[in-house]
Amino acid sequence: MSVDSRVIVITSGKGGVGKTTTTSNIAVSLARSGHRVVAVDADIGLRNLDVVMGLENRVVYNFIDVLEGQCRLNQALVRDKRVENLFLLPAAQTRTKDAVTSEQMEELCDLLRKEFEYVLLDSPAGIESGFRNAAVGADEALVIATPEVPSVRDADRIIGLLESMGKSPIRLIVNRLRSKMVREGEMLDVNDVLDILAIELIGVVPEDDSVVKSANRGEPLTFSDTSPASLAFQRIAMRLTGQEVPFKFDEENDKGLFAGIRRFLGIRS
Amino acid sequence: MAIEFLKKFFGSGGSKVSAKERLQIVLIHDRADISPEMIDNLRQDMIAVITKYMDIDKSRIEMDFDRVDRSVAFVANIPVIRIKRGVAPNRREMQE
Repeated sequence: MSVDSRVIVITSGKGGVGKTTTTSNIAVSLARSGHRVVAVDADIGLRNLDVVMGLENRVVYNFIDVLEGQCRLNQALVRDKRVENLFLLPAAQTRTKDAVTSEQMEELCDLLRKEFEYVLLDSPAGIESGFRNAAVGADEALVIATPEVPSVRDADRIIGLLESMGKSPIRLIVNRLRSKMVREGEMLDVNDVLDILAIELIGVVPEDDSVVKSANRGEPLTFSDTSPASLAFQRIAMRLTGQEVPFKFDEENDKGLFAGIRRFLGIRS
Repeated sequence: MAIEFLKKFFGSGGSKVSAKERLQIVLIHDRADISPEMIDNLRQDMIAVITKYMDIDKSRIEMDFDRVDRSVAFVANIPVIRIKRGVAPNRREMQE
């Protein structure tokens, strides 16, 4: 299993654009399609992946405890009971980013490679040591940007840093796209963002109220929901595994294949 | 009025146009990755060259990168106190 293991950092530069939401939804989606997945919260001191995934009550140890020899890896891993093969590796909440070194993070990733097909690292915002530590052990990267000026600017910066660290491929997720605003010419569209950032696109996630609701409940959308954002995250997970899934940039309206299938089956989303 | 309406209608008059243009320009600067040290070195070198020809007010020099339409310009504002005598004749000699 370790041979095909992929370590992927999910990052953005700017905070609040959806790193944790994306990490949890892709992790769930991959696990549901049978892959062995660990979602690692690399945001030391500001951990949130546990609450977004609804696993906060089951956290005992964290990955710093593993690195410091306080516990074994499988004691720190929180198994998600809702789906097979999905685990969370929490961050320490009462430590700071300086508690780990790059070497230790690489060591941790190598440890996880032996156990998992997909290691997803939820990076902290910023371009400092927290981000670097999250990215150092990763092979590839998913960069999240919302179609807004500050987010795209920060994404450009982070792409530069990821390139200089030799990450490949570096792929883009455009998150929180509001197609009504795009149609009115009041929001950058996907092609605008791609023009500017000039990297490969892996998915477009529409603005969707169900994201907030799912975080309230601690149930990632991709567990069952067929909301527009859930479908978008599922498509991203499929593309990540190498499947060819056609893009449609106006994914909010969801007039494409999935909606077609649902209509055919008589399911209304 | 009609043009505004058409622009709106075809989605080219919205705020996204300025978003894209502003991003393109700000990223030229960001990607150039100009460090404060580099600007400082440039400043010292420019002072050294210019003071060969004129006395300048070093305390009031302003140097920065500016947006000029769709490109980036390096703009320096250097107050001149006086032109040094003898510089011009030397230059003429060199040309002869």
